[in-house]
Amino acid sequence: MQTLIELRALTKWFGTPHAGGILAVDGVSFKVERGEVLGFLGPNGAGKSTTMKMVTGFLPPSSGQALVCGNDVAVNPLDVKRTIGYLPEGAPAYADMTPEAFLNFCAQVRGLTGEAGRKAIARAVERTNIQGVLRQPVETLSKGFKRRVGLAQAILHEPRVLIMDEPTDGLDPNQKHEVRALIRDMAHEGAAGCGRAVVLSTHILEEVEAVCTRVVLIARGRVVADCTPAEFMSKSRYHNAVTLALVPPPGVMVFDELRRIAGVADVEDLGTSSTPDGTQVRCTVLASRGKAIAPEVSHLIKSKGWQVDLMRVEAGRLDDVFRDLTTANQPQPTKAAPAGAA
Amino acid sequence: MHGFIPILKRELAGYFVTPVAYVFIVIFLVLTGVFTFQLGGFFERNQSDLRPFFDFHPWLYLFLIPAISMRLWAEERKSGTIELLMTLPVSRAGAVAGKFAAAWLFAGVALALTFPVWITVNYLGEPDNGAIFTGYIGSFLMAGGFLAVGACVSAATKSQVIAFIIAVVLCFGFLLAGFTPVTDFLSGWAPPALVDTIAGFSFLTRFDSIAKGVIDLRDLIFFASLIALCLFINAAVLEARKA
Repeated sequence: MQTLIELRALTKWFGTPHAGGILAVDGVSFKVERGEVLGFLGPNGAGKSTTMKMVTGFLPPSSGQALVCGNDVAVNPLDVKRTIGYLPEGAPAYADMTPEAFLNFCAQVRGLTGEAGRKAIARAVERTNIQGVLRQPVETLSKGFKRRVGLAQAILHEPRVLIMDEPTDGLDPNQKHEVRALIRDMAHEGAAGCGRAVVLSTHILEEVEAVCTRVVLIARGRVVADCTPAEFMSKSRYHNAVTLALVPPPGVMVFDELRRIAGVADVEDLGTSSTPDGTQVRCTVLASRGKAIAPEVSHLIKSKGWQVDLMRVEAGRLDDVFRDLTTANQPQPTKAAPAGAA
Repeated sequence: MHGFIPILKRELAGYFVTPVAYVFIVIFLVLTGVFTFQLGGFFERNQSDLRPFFDFHPWLYLFLIPAISMRLWAEERKSGTIELLMTLPVSRAGAVAGKFAAAWLFAGVALALTFPVWITVNYLGEPDNGAIFTGYIGSFLMAGGFLAVGACVSAATKSQVIAFIIAVVLCFGFLLAGFTPVTDFLSGWAPPALVDTIAGFSFLTRFDSIAKGVIDLRDLIFFASLIALCLFINAAVLEARKA
């Protein structure tokens, strides 16, 4: 493993502290290794974009450091900018240029001239599949194509570090799928075929499950979680929960029976409905932290001989964790994590 | 100056892929024609020189140059491309100088296309071509001065309209700085050194002497240092107001 990005207590004030200034990013620290796809999560206004702008050298940090491939952005901005491919939010591109002219410009700025430039452009164009629109002004392109032009620009020089601010925001499901496939590919290929570091910000949680190998969640400018998507999900009160739809014999107190199982924290009532076989009861049985309750639940149902219409084990709900962690009163990492899913 | 050449090329091409360049050049040429031959009384004067042509340049530039400079940075801010540009491996100096140089070259192209006036005056008489040449040099330098002031203003705002208006006002100030009513007004209360300093910033006075064929090193240094100063401020404004 090789650390390609390292943030050390990166902080950004807009305006001056103590004089109505806004603390947008508050001591953010994390590392991204080669081959990782880091999902940078957070509610709108949490400081995701500001952090990325500091890492890419667009905004100077108020304090702290951002190191990319060992270079401090504040000290060697040009070296850092050479190693980074960056897709800013909304994929801005010069509206009156054609993608061809635009990519040419980017290649020249990056020192890719002549044959090398032509090859780089051809490769990026093929990867992002924009052959058909190369001669059309960018302003006439659809959102999906505009985004792909932005991506082509970002991967033009085979960067070791790829940073994307909301790469799939506003795209339709097919386009999202394509962009995600592209992101996965790019994370594995890398300049020497040994992977690069990818950071993408998003507030779309399905994206995390789809592409990320690690999650950093920030809220109000602070890191509140830094873990794998699986660990992230396990913070959910629904982690290992079992959702059931049962038709018990009349008069049986199903919830009480379920609550008596060791390791069950609670049972959530999801309502009832009448079926030809009787009254169907739906509920989610929540597990205590770190307990797997599915076997016991299944055992109980079998021994009682209840009719089961549905039984599903939950992995956890991302949006649930997201809400828990980002709306906690104390945004310190330790306190924000729900201690033992209630 | 990383990125100077690609940015210069991109900007220059940018003028010609949109109607901006053609509209600007046509309007500039039509207006110089109207001013020279109608208002300036080119024929009536019966003198083979280009004074009526050059005399109107400051006033034409006053409105036309801010029209070029207003979009330099304001457009980048508005469309968000400034984030793209400043995260590419370009230095701020390269970006500022590249954009300015492209705009100045473009103004130079428009100015060069007035050559039929020069042909006309040579056809009709025997003008002092040396004076005409220095007139062109002076006009080009003055355009650069206006552009640098405008670029500076453009870097501070997202709105091209604001960039235009403020640039016009500032340029108007530079034009009139040496004008008698202004110096009279100032000399009533300001110390003479200040009045002289302000009068020294006058584009009109300096352009006038160059257009007459007098190339004074001080005038050249004035325009060169004004441009350098404005570009320096431009870069500083850019750094301070990125978001």
